[in-house]
Amino acid sequence: MTVEPTPLGAPTLELRGITKRFGALTANDHIDLEVRAGEIHCLLGENGAGKSTLMNVLYGLYRAEEGEILLDGEPQSFAGPGDAMRAGIGMVHQHFMLIPVFTVAENVLLGHERELGGLSGARQKVREISQRFGFHVDPDARIEDLPVGVQQRVEIIKALSQDAKVLVFDEPTAVLTPQETDELMAIMQQLRDEGTAIVFITHKLREVRAIADRITVIRLGKVVGQASPESSTTELASMMVGRAVELTVQKNPPVLTDNALVVSNLTVLDALGQKVVNDVSFTVRGGEVLCIAGVQGNGQTELTEAILGLQHRVTGSIDLNGNELIGDSVREVLDAGVGFVPEDRKVDGLVGDFSIAENLMLDRYSGAPFVRAGTVDREERDRFAAEKLESFDIRAQGIETPVGTLSGGNQQKVVLARELGRPLALFVASQPTRGLDVGSIEFVHSQIIATRDAGIPVIVVSTELDEVVGLADRIAVMYRGGIVGIVPADTSRDTLGLMMAGERVAGAPNPEPSKGAVA
Amino acid sequence: MTTQQPTAAQPHAETTQQPTAAQPHAETIELERAVVKHWKAPVSYAVLTLVALVLFVVASRDGSTTLRLASVGDFVALPDAVLPVRATGIVVVVLLAALTAVSTWLVATVRKQGFWLPLAFGVLFVVAFLVWAGADKMIPIPGLLFATVGLSVPLIFGAMGGVISERAGVVNIAIEAQLLSGAFSGAVIASSTGSAVLGILGAMLAGVLVSMVLAVFAIRYFVEQVIVGVVLNVLVVGLTNFLYSSVLTANPALNSPDRLPRIPIPGIETIPIIGPALFEHTVIVYAMFIIVPVIAWGLFKTTWGLRLRAIGEHPLAADTVGIKVNRLRFWNVALAGAVAGLGGAYFTLDTTGAFNREMTAGLGYIALAAVIFGQWHPLKATAAALLFGFASALQQTLGAIGSPVPSEFMLMLPYVITLLAVAGFIGQSRAPAASGKPYIKQ
Ligand SMILES: Nc1ncnc2c1ncn2[C@@H]1O[C@H](COP(=O)(O)OP(=O)(O)O)[C@@H](O)[C@H]1O
Ligand SMILES: [Mg+2]
Repeated sequence: MTVEPTPLGAPTLELRGITKRFGALTANDHIDLEVRAGEIHCLLGENGAGKSTLMNVLYGLYRAEEGEILLDGEPQSFAGPGDAMRAGIGMVHQHFMLIPVFTVAENVLLGHERELGGLSGARQKVREISQRFGFHVDPDARIEDLPVGVQQRVEIIKALSQDAKVLVFDEPTAVLTPQETDELMAIMQQLRDEGTAIVFITHKLREVRAIADRITVIRLGKVVGQASPESSTTELASMMVGRAVELTVQKNPPVLTDNALVVSNLTVLDALGQKVVNDVSFTVRGGEVLCIAGVQGNGQTELTEAILGLQHRVTGSIDLNGNELIGDSVREVLDAGVGFVPEDRKVDGLVGDFSIAENLMLDRYSGAPFVRAGTVDREERDRFAAEKLESFDIRAQGIETPVGTLSGGNQQKVVLARELGRPLALFVASQPTRGLDVGSIEFVHSQIIATRDAGIPVIVVSTELDEVVGLADRIAVMYRGGIVGIVPADTSRDTLGLMMAGERVAGAPNPEPSKGAVA
Repeated sequence: MTTQQPTAAQPHAETTQQPTAAQPHAETIELERAVVKHWKAPVSYAVLTLVALVLFVVASRDGSTTLRLASVGDFVALPDAVLPVRATGIVVVVLLAALTAVSTWLVATVRKQGFWLPLAFGVLFVVAFLVWAGADKMIPIPGLLFATVGLSVPLIFGAMGGVISERAGVVNIAIEAQLLSGAFSGAVIASSTGSAVLGILGAMLAGVLVSMVLAVFAIRYFVEQVIVGVVLNVLVVGLTNFLYSSVLTANPALNSPDRLPRIPIPGIETIPIIGPALFEHTVIVYAMFIIVPVIAWGLFKTTWGLRLRAIGEHPLAADTVGIKVNRLRFWNVALAGAVAGLGGAYFTLDTTGAFNREMTAGLGYIALAAVIFGQWHPLKATAAALLFGFASALQQTLGAIGSPVPSEFMLMLPYVITLLAVAGFIGQSRAPAASGKPYIKQ
């Protein structure tokens, strides 16, 4: 279908001059935005641009310092989300606002017990809305037992059960497979055609171009302008980032070396005895990047943690150049030459209150070159830190700056500088660019490729298909703890998407060495 | 990122397909499970069976034990059960060994251990112990059960206060303080006004006041809740001790409340064994019979319960649907205080008839333990409290008839039994996710 010019009428929703500060940080700086009924309005911006903050102001979760909100021309003042909801604003939050131990119907009922007429009314409502959109959602299923894709539908049902006329989707596709993303877009289009005003927040250009009727780009808390849905990806990217950006990962064909990580029949159990990693086998050779794709929570985290020695109920074999890693302590694994970028740098990668210099030597507190006779050689440490600050382009006042105060991109550079600072035999990076700005993403990617070109086996776990396709020499797709298949990097997105949903796709070869997949 | 052409380059055409075309997503996530065998239960049973063997067979005693089942006023008088000590010991040990074998078999064949197994094991063990300890003596079973209920009452009220508060997201270590202040003000108010009803209301009010201090510090000022609770416990002990020695000892009239009358419930009170155990109590106990199921029903079937559990699990999510999290927490913590305070009144208006320093003797902490062992569920917490009450009653009964076990050991009995039961029973126990975490709004 063609993008019809939106039926011009008064905007349903108008935000005027919204300003929101967190301490010294101005997350929203006089933002104007208008959304009309029957349009999908994309709010495009990098991580940290202030999109979620703006929407939380709209939803009454945050109070703006300045600015006003108008609905159908009427100024509104929302004391809390309750007011916003009553005014007809619904929101599908980036981090789902569902109570995991409640059922679907209970989540829909919560806060609207009277209007919905109790639990049976809520069940009825869930069925009605599911019917309308072709969802298959059981009103009595517990949220924590549902896959994320279905949980998101529950969020949508929640919003629709309140007859929202403005519906905000905050980064809804981050947790979805490509096919689920397509389904979501179809839902948004159906809602638009029924006359809902939709705000769609994302930083993924592909999606914006696919579905937007209008686009507003924000950068560093300010509106930088409107863009047409016909703009090219490059145009949108440079608007979003503020400079021309390189969207391709530059790399040469892999030159394989004899270094190898051979994982065979690896199974990891969680505390409940569930196989979070289920009989996984693969090989990574020096000089190649094996990307592990999949929707979040399908065992990727546990797999990387097992390699590092952080998981305890592990069977099978993890062989790095002839050295069995299972049973080794983390210390021994690191000494064997494993570099590791954890998926949550703030929790597992860094000590926020420590300085950059201290964080850079966290892995080498037990001996030369930084520790002599039990005391830290500060001169040596500071020399090393200053050198890394320079070579990794870490933007900070100095090596004494606490890493907690750095931006995400600079924090990740500290992690990389430390992990790549040792002689490596294997490099494992989990979600290495999550939440980073485009500049930092480029930097991280170039470091990963440089590591690969140095002849080191590299494993990258990523839920972003763009990143997987850009970095990988081969792609392993994980689903429910098993590897669905290992495929070449030029496999189509559709195929990868199906594999991410657990389908073994014709044409996708079986994972080598031979077994390792789950039925 | 990559320049690879997006597959959705002609997007609208591609994405307008009806979502119904997609495969159903109604399934839930079930990961394959590894066969993990937990040998904890059979091993514990085996150890206990060995203990039973040594105690009830090897170290058996001569004679027989009379278990009195009847009490005055029963509509049918049950005969006494006279059990020979040695034979009972042997039979029970054989049965215990059989249960151990069953449990071993269940684990070996990866089957579920039912609820009945530990229950049967426990009952058998206790019967054998009673018979062994009471050799040549008479043990009044109705009395034992009556004492069980009585000793459980404050625990159950305290546990209900704990359940409500923690389900709402505020850790309630201050149950001890709520009980003690309830006991104190119950005594004083009932004595000075001459009205037991006012005494009960006063006790609830005292519990509420303690709760409100907890709530203000925890909810308004984000102080670590465990610390506030502990401080309140110490504070109330100090305060009541001070008032007791400086005011009550000088004015005994302030500490001599009329005790609540026992009101036997006509008809059912004459049922053998359970009649006297359950239906010859004061209004406080009857109130408990009502409050426990009401809380259980309210928590899982009403709007109040839905919202209460929501703010204790995921306050931000509750906020996003317009629930005033902190206000709701405050009032529910206050309610928890009222319930626990009522339990406090039991000490002075039902059992003792006067306030005494530190008369709650740490039962608030046992109530807290019951909350956790009862997995934050009102009925299970009640069961845990009853177990402790039973163990205490057993200790008292055996102490009275003169047991072969040194009394110091007997005093440990309630705690040991609670500990063992917990180690054996406890399954997946999960606290309300946001319990203890203050909700801070931007
Ligand atoms: N609650 C908060 N307290 C302090 N800073 C915050 C808070 N929420 C967001 N920020 C900061 O505000 C900026 C914008 O964040 P956000 O709106 O989440 O960005 P986006 O959704 O566009 O990725 C970021 O720099 C972020 O660190
Ligand atoms: Mg965001």
